[in-house]
Amino acid sequence: MASPLLLEPTRDGLWCEAGEFHVDPWRPVARAVVTHAHADHATPGCGRYLASRNTLEVMRARFDQNLEGEVLEWGQARDLGGCSVSLHPAGHVLGSAQVLIRHGNESWCVTGDYKCEPDPSCEPFEPVQCDTLLTECTFGLPIYRWDAPERIFEAMNAWWRSNAAQGRTTVFLAYAFGKAQRILAGLDPSIGPIGIHGALTGPTEVYREAGIALPDTLRADRTTAEDLQGGGAIICPPSATGTPWIRRFNGPGGLRLGFVSGWMQVRGRRRWQSVDRGFALSDHADWDGLLRTIRGSGARRIGVTHGSTRVLARHLREHEGLESFEVPTRFTGEPPPSTGGGDEA
Amino acid sequence: MIRFTELYLALDGTNSVREKTELLSGYLGSVAEEDAAWTVALLTGNRPRGMGASKLLTSLCLEVTGHPEWLFEECRTAVGDLSETISLLLPEPEAPRDQSLDRVMRERVLPLVGAPAPRKRELILDAWSVLRRDERLVYHKLVRGGFRVGVQKRTVIRALSEVSGLEFDLLAHRLTGRFEPTAEGYRSLLAAERPDEHRERPYPFFLAHSLDRAVDFLGNPEDWMIEEKWDGIRGQLIVRSGEARLWSRGEEPIGHLFPELFAGLDLPDETVLDGELLLWNREGPRSFFELQTRLNRTHPPDPQLDLFGGDAPRFIAYDLLEEAGEDLRARPLEERRERLERMVRAGANETIGLSEPFAITDWSEAEALRSACRERGTEGLMLKRRDSIYGVGRTRSEDGWLKWKIDPYTADAVMIGAQPGSGRRANLYTDYTFAIWDRTGREPELVSFAKAYSGLDQKEIESLDRWIRTNTTDRNGPYRVVRPEQVFELAFEGIQRSDRHRSGLAVRFPRILRWRKDKPAGEADDVGTLQALLGEVETR
Repeated sequence: MASPLLLEPTRDGLWCEAGEFHVDPWRPVARAVVTHAHADHATPGCGRYLASRNTLEVMRARFDQNLEGEVLEWGQARDLGGCSVSLHPAGHVLGSAQVLIRHGNESWCVTGDYKCEPDPSCEPFEPVQCDTLLTECTFGLPIYRWDAPERIFEAMNAWWRSNAAQGRTTVFLAYAFGKAQRILAGLDPSIGPIGIHGALTGPTEVYREAGIALPDTLRADRTTAEDLQGGGAIICPPSATGTPWIRRFNGPGGLRLGFVSGWMQVRGRRRWQSVDRGFALSDHADWDGLLRTIRGSGARRIGVTHGSTRVLARHLREHEGLESFEVPTRFTGEPPPSTGGGDEA
Repeated sequence: MIRFTELYLALDGTNSVREKTELLSGYLGSVAEEDAAWTVALLTGNRPRGMGASKLLTSLCLEVTGHPEWLFEECRTAVGDLSETISLLLPEPEAPRDQSLDRVMRERVLPLVGAPAPRKRELILDAWSVLRRDERLVYHKLVRGGFRVGVQKRTVIRALSEVSGLEFDLLAHRLTGRFEPTAEGYRSLLAAERPDEHRERPYPFFLAHSLDRAVDFLGNPEDWMIEEKWDGIRGQLIVRSGEARLWSRGEEPIGHLFPELFAGLDLPDETVLDGELLLWNREGPRSFFELQTRLNRTHPPDPQLDLFGGDAPRFIAYDLLEEAGEDLRARPLEERRERLERMVRAGANETIGLSEPFAITDWSEAEALRSACRERGTEGLMLKRRDSIYGVGRTRSEDGWLKWKIDPYTADAVMIGAQPGSGRRANLYTDYTFAIWDRTGREPELVSFAKAYSGLDQKEIESLDRWIRTNTTDRNGPYRVVRPEQVFELAFEGIQRSDRHRSGLAVRFPRILRWRKDKPAGEADDVGTLQALLGEVETR
């Protein structure tokens, strides 16, 4: 690579020398541009934040009510040092953004996490043109090609309905921010009451305030247990399995656990999680989505990060004729298996 | 095939036997007879064999998807299952159609056997054009010949019993041996009465539990019959209509592999013996390794040549299940035993031996016999109550029969490499390669001698997985070479010379007993120690 890198990996994360800021730093830094509010991208304790309005809202709900940050509206350019920075919807979760950085006649885009499928619970993904694209590739293998979300929701609702008919309480295990609200938006509330775990309350409120249409929910606890037992559906983080909290909702036919994550595409993962059903509903781009985005960006140089980096980088080099390189992340190597590669998938 | 695929995935997704039984009875009671028949056949191990289409499936998948081979390999490593990898990689079918399991078996699976390559290709591509992703997964497993579901035969029988109202034992007997996967076969399986039904089939084998308490708790030793636990192949020798057959515990007819056995047989008609098939030479029983070699032969040996070859098959009888057409299974063991001895001794049965019980008056004598069993070439002791009936399968109730095996051999070995497991362990490094020290050279060197997959709990597996990922020194495809630091105590059942491993040794059924975090790698066992064990085995 002839020109100096606009973004460089450092021990704190991606650093932009020309603009004097970090993108998604993993340690507190002076100035952070944040793609979205998941814990592996947003770090509390930074000096100044620049992010989308909804990302800052969710960060406040999750980390600190008084967190201050500068809102950057979609598509608006903001000058930082010698750079111009703009945010573009990534379709991953509410507020999630791709960061486009221009400096001189160079443009770099950091996708953060993204998906291309329609999702009524967040701003739709917007393709961005750039010279260098730093893309995530959590699911960068061709075995990951998602079914249409409406088909998955059909299956989830059918499963809930059949559990309810047998007096079994339905439990959807999903990450508390993002996936949980997407599930909420896709469930059919005519089947029964929907209860949510305490960890979901904050983020779900932010979604409602942002104007996302979500069905009515009960806070799943002692007082609502009776209403939810049997015919209800409960959404909770995977960590709630096996706790006394979840046993409270045992219906006459027990509980049925469904894990909702892209990792559920592979049967071995479903078995390892010891759940009754796996639904491969993902908030990340699948193989086809990654390639479409990479080709669509017009970028000649592709950095890959998070996930199957080695495989995707090689594929891009050998089969797409693109310059590619791996960008280190906070979590190196393959995703941890026991947690399904992070709840955030 | 959608119903069968759903059943397969549901059975795969639960560990509860009760739930599996419910799933099965619900399914069997609601599908066409021919589909039920195929399901019973496939789930009880009566699956078609010999298609071995793995290579062709892989090359066709590469052709259809256009993926390079290395990318396919990466996917296979991530999924851990070839059938599933291919099903995930293929594009959706152009014209999905739900065809019955029977039809798929007859038109898309069985014709692959022995078909010429172009025909095979055509059959597979045609199947792909109608089957959806999950159906393809099942289809691939069927045509690769390794179709397996985590369902015990007794669970299938219990479900059949629920569907038909027939007794478990009756169904178990009807399902022993071969089962014809047709509507007619299914009807006959569930028919209220069948004339002359047990002609060729072995009885369901009665299986022993492991002794799980101190032997003194068994009460008076004189109530028990104590025998060797032979290290051979359990089988039933059946003589009916003047013809003798040998069935293995795996319910396969294996008599054709041991023709010498029948030459020296002199038993009355309508007889069923239970016993152990062993290879025997002048000194006594040979180890299981030799027997296995014989089993792996594709052609039976020429009896004229093999009879004088040194090792001869012998059937060591320990029970009589039928005499003169009379089912003796409900009689006490003592009576069956007396009849057995009388019968075997009445004829000139050169190839039949009797498993002689040991006479003991105190359990300490049994302890001594057990600990010396390796010298006699056996695996331990069998303890059978003198009043026990011959039950069906491994019963949970009163323990009539117990096996009391010798403790396995053990060795401390160093892990030198690992690769991902398959199935649910596909994303974890769970297949480990172990080495011991070769101290004959100038510098001690680690040489491989075993691979093991099991023995650690989930927590240990995950923690070892993390260790492997951070201590990899080299990679070779999915295989990682790791720093030789972790020591494990391995258990194994036997040892033999082998050029498969650098140590020149191979062990039988190796598994991990313990992770010896307390032990430095330098203190692991060496080749010499294991060769001493080998010496003990070979002088036998």
